[in-house]
Amino acid sequence: MTGLIGYYSAQLRTSLVLQFQYRVAMAIWMIGLIIEPVIYLAVWTAVADSSGGTVGTFTAGDFAAYYILLLIVQHFTQIWHMWEYDYLIRQGILSGRMLRPIHPIHRDAAENMAYKVIMAPVAAAAVIVLILIFQPTVAITLEGVLGFIGALILAAWLAFMLGWAVAMAAFWTTRIMAINQMYFVAMFFFSGQIAPLELLPGVLQTAANILPFRWMVSFPVEVFMGRLSGSDVLIGFGLQLLWIALSTGLVALAWSRGVRRYSAVGG
Amino acid sequence: MLVFPPASDSQQGHARPMSDSVRVTDLSKHYTVSEREGGLGAALRSLVKRKTRTVRAVDSISFSVAQGEIVGFLGPNGAGKTTTLKMLSGLLFPTSGTIDVLGHEPSRREADYLRQITLVMGQRNQLVWDIPAIDSFDLNRAIYRLDPAEYKRTLDELVDLLEIGDLMRKPVRNLSLGERMKCEIAGALLHRPQVLFLDEPTIGLDVTAQRRIRSFIQTYNARHNATVILTSHYMADVVALAKRVIVIHHGKLLFDGGLAGLVERFSPHKTIVLKLDSEGIDLTPYGQVVRQEGAEAVLRVPKAETAHVTGRLLADLPVNDLTVEDPPIEEVIELVFDQPASLVGEAV
Repeated sequence: MTGLIGYYSAQLRTSLVLQFQYRVAMAIWMIGLIIEPVIYLAVWTAVADSSGGTVGTFTAGDFAAYYILLLIVQHFTQIWHMWEYDYLIRQGILSGRMLRPIHPIHRDAAENMAYKVIMAPVAAAAVIVLILIFQPTVAITLEGVLGFIGALILAAWLAFMLGWAVAMAAFWTTRIMAINQMYFVAMFFFSGQIAPLELLPGVLQTAANILPFRWMVSFPVEVFMGRLSGSDVLIGFGLQLLWIALSTGLVALAWSRGVRRYSAVGG
Repeated sequence: MLVFPPASDSQQGHARPMSDSVRVTDLSKHYTVSEREGGLGAALRSLVKRKTRTVRAVDSISFSVAQGEIVGFLGPNGAGKTTTLKMLSGLLFPTSGTIDVLGHEPSRREADYLRQITLVMGQRNQLVWDIPAIDSFDLNRAIYRLDPAEYKRTLDELVDLLEIGDLMRKPVRNLSLGERMKCEIAGALLHRPQVLFLDEPTIGLDVTAQRRIRSFIQTYNARHNATVILTSHYMADVVALAKRVIVIHHGKLLFDGGLAGLVERFSPHKTIVLKLDSEGIDLTPYGQVVRQEGAEAVLRVPKAETAHVTGRLLADLPVNDLTVEDPPIEEVIELVFDQPASLVGEAV
């Protein structure tokens, strides 16, 4: 365990050094991250204004709070490794990582954390600007904030494990784009990105509860805003843990099979 | 037809230390590749029924390497050298056969195994392109959980031997090919591996850099009693480093033994260098005349006839001096690599 902590701190250090080299790419990535919720926020605010101030139970101020919190969650739950593995495998770069006496997932996890740490101040600045522009209304409670932090940590963990499992598809197919598109389209509808889930038709809400996406995106926001009952919050945490366990199992299976498959591709 | 005897009479066979660090038995790696003709029709047909073919990249080879030994892996492109090294380092699963390296089965890729070996292959395994090598080295220290003092000692030694004191502080992308290779090798050895798999460690380097890396490998081997298996297209690497060579061709093991033995076995000719007392003698009845200038001549004769021809020369002609030589190693290797697959099949 101490070895693993030592590795994470060294990998974080290296990743930080490296991320500073890619300032421009990071800035562009960050702009994309901010623009998306801002668009939904603008649209839903307009809709609320034109329909007498509310949509369902959401006022314009609620939408502002929802999407600004969503931005924070999306910053901490980003993962991009599914776009990389096809290249790592085809180019044989994975070989170098497989020769190390440590599972390659740790490298990706540390790199992922390093990015989130470095860009946190930028995300925080964006949040402050958006608060000033859109004037969110939300009651800040201690249990809301603590629940949010807990749910956010589990959400980030889940998003990383599931995203990494999706990345493993690159062992079997070169049509990675199609798989990733499917994943992100599903996430778009069922995670509360396009609209708060309680505004969706019942069938979609049920689907969202069954699928993992809500538990890695909108759930922490709902906890913060106090829109869930105590028992729903507990069930949510339970489902987050369940999905983390399932995706960890999927990662273990996909990796062990994938590595065998890798040898067939020739590396 | 040439039929080679089984390659069991390795010259080092008796002198080798007792403990083997690498033991390979009946190792095979077969790939299934799909193939089709060009054109739309063939593309459509392949949708319905795929034609596949099995490629025997490595086909039932066996050998062992003792702790501290340096072995050169020879073979033309596509012979199965890299595939074998990848199986030895745990990157590829064998189709059949067994591998034992330091008591481990490489394909299990146990951390305890990976900590004791290294594979240098190309130039992109150890170093992160955009940062100085020293940052990558520091990361390796954490990955291999090296004791800080021990790490510092090893790093100092590698920096000294490879002369990379200044280089390792520059971003890797600003280094030349040779400089990068030296840093790559340093990164690959920071954890003091017992077994080194080196795939073309000097490829693309100038002669000076080649020589430096060669002498480094020699020093490392001697100092740490490390086992080294290396492939190279440069015979100079192999001649300088390896007393023993393993020749793989068409996936099969063709030869395992000393370099001299390789020449002995594969060169069908010997060269006879003659100095005669008189000039202008017709030597064509004795063999192929490679060169004849004045009283000096060079003849190429079939190996089996060497003794007989030598006897006749000495009996028939006014011979002043006569020496029998082997052809240069490069020439022999070329001959070996020209062996067709069918012949290799019979050899093993």
